[in-house]
Amino acid sequence: MMSIPAALKYAKSHEWAKAEADGTITVGITHHAQELLGDMVFVELPKIGRNLAKNEECTVVESVKSASDVYSPVSGEVIAVNTELASTPEKINQDAYAAWLFRLKPTNPSEMDALLDAAGYEKLVAEEAH
Amino acid sequence: MLKSTPLNATHRAMQAKMVDFGGWDMPLHYGSQLDEHHQVRRDAGMFDVSHMLVVDIRGAHIRDFLRGLLANNVDKLTLTGKALYSCMLTPEGGVIDDLIVYFMTESWFRLVVNAGTADKDIAWITLQADQSAPQLEITPRRDLAMIAVQGPNARSKVWNVIPGAQAVTEPLKPFQSAVFESYFIARTGYTGEDGFEIILPADDAPAFWQKLHAAGVSPIGLGARDTLRLEAGMNLYGQDMDETTSPLESGLAWTVDLKSDRDFIGKTTLQQKPVSQKLVGLLLLDKGVLRSHQQVVITGSELSGQGEITSGGFSPTLNQSIALARVPVELAVGDEVGVLIRDRQLAARVVNYPFVRNGKALV
Repeated sequence: MMSIPAALKYAKSHEWAKAEADGTITVGITHHAQELLGDMVFVELPKIGRNLAKNEECTVVESVKSASDVYSPVSGEVIAVNTELASTPEKINQDAYAAWLFRLKPTNPSEMDALLDAAGYEKLVAEEAH
Repeated sequence: MLKSTPLNATHRAMQAKMVDFGGWDMPLHYGSQLDEHHQVRRDAGMFDVSHMLVVDIRGAHIRDFLRGLLANNVDKLTLTGKALYSCMLTPEGGVIDDLIVYFMTESWFRLVVNAGTADKDIAWITLQADQSAPQLEITPRRDLAMIAVQGPNARSKVWNVIPGAQAVTEPLKPFQSAVFESYFIARTGYTGEDGFEIILPADDAPAFWQKLHAAGVSPIGLGARDTLRLEAGMNLYGQDMDETTSPLESGLAWTVDLKSDRDFIGKTTLQQKPVSQKLVGLLLLDKGVLRSHQQVVITGSELSGQGEITSGGFSPTLNQSIALARVPVELAVGDEVGVLIRDRQLAARVVNYPFVRNGKALV
């Protein structure tokens, strides 16, 4: 599995964002983030219909180690959440890019442009390792 | 500069994720904390606990000295190799540390104390000995390593690795120990499973660890050590009790001997101070994870007030969150309480602990 897929955009706070063909945006946390957090045991997802600002705390992922906030990489309305994670939070550890958290109808799709690309995110991860 | 155990390079070679644990560079896990937890409950795992300190006390009249130093009564130790769990208290009745004391001979007792409190413990024991037993020799044994091998198959796997040890250690009951060659082998642990804690020369530790690994014993990090001990309902010093809390309010009354007429440091205060709180088990009824320092809200009865979670986490065996919490003494098993997690109040039930023993759920 590639740890930083080229097709996705990334936030500095270790979320990934994927522009879907229908104009919506899917959000999850990166492989690197799940590695730092350890085994996931609980995910608290946002309510459908909630309007999120860019960088707003909207999800909590809890691992055996700690609870961590997830921030929305772009602004928009929550139109779907991955309810499967309620019973199988370990899917985030197994494949962080398949185990999405929520899907947004973006307020301003151009906010995606401000996010990091795969090369930029790889650089960030490398810098944080030092 | 972090301190490291004799197994540091071995952990790194085994792909451990290392963390700063109270100034020690220790393995958190070797891949998956959950897998490691289940490995110990179902088979056998090994923990490097060499950061804990072995302290040998030698000389005449040690038993008298320990009678006054420890809250539990060393007169319970009559058999060679027998172990006793005890708190060491301040005169105000606070817990300086919790430790295990082994009776070797009338002129040699061995203590095993926590890593984070080791310096403080040595200073305190030395101070007390200077005043009442200056003949005693108190020796911190940083030349020794300690490896815990725990799980239903732990003992048999150890016997495969140390030829000849079985004859000496199979008869041991829980909380008994024996010396075999250069190994000190105790049937003790911090997981709620059967197994041994083995003390050996530091230089021998890496080879012994590799032999255990070859015999099918998996390395287990401090992450799983914490979830295992929490399920087993065992206190963690610094979280569930410290110098500001009484052992009688920390679920440790069973370790404090107030019946005999023996005097010990902290006894007078414990006898005088009313006990208003106690430690209970909590089982989270809602989805989420209990963590230390979360507030416990008591409502819905004539009782009201608050408590605090001292240790909380996810129980891999129960697939549910559990905690130890300090609450008003009136609260009873079966009562429902609220726990404040972020901006919400979730429901939890007061339960007896341990939560898990010998692989079986008890709640």
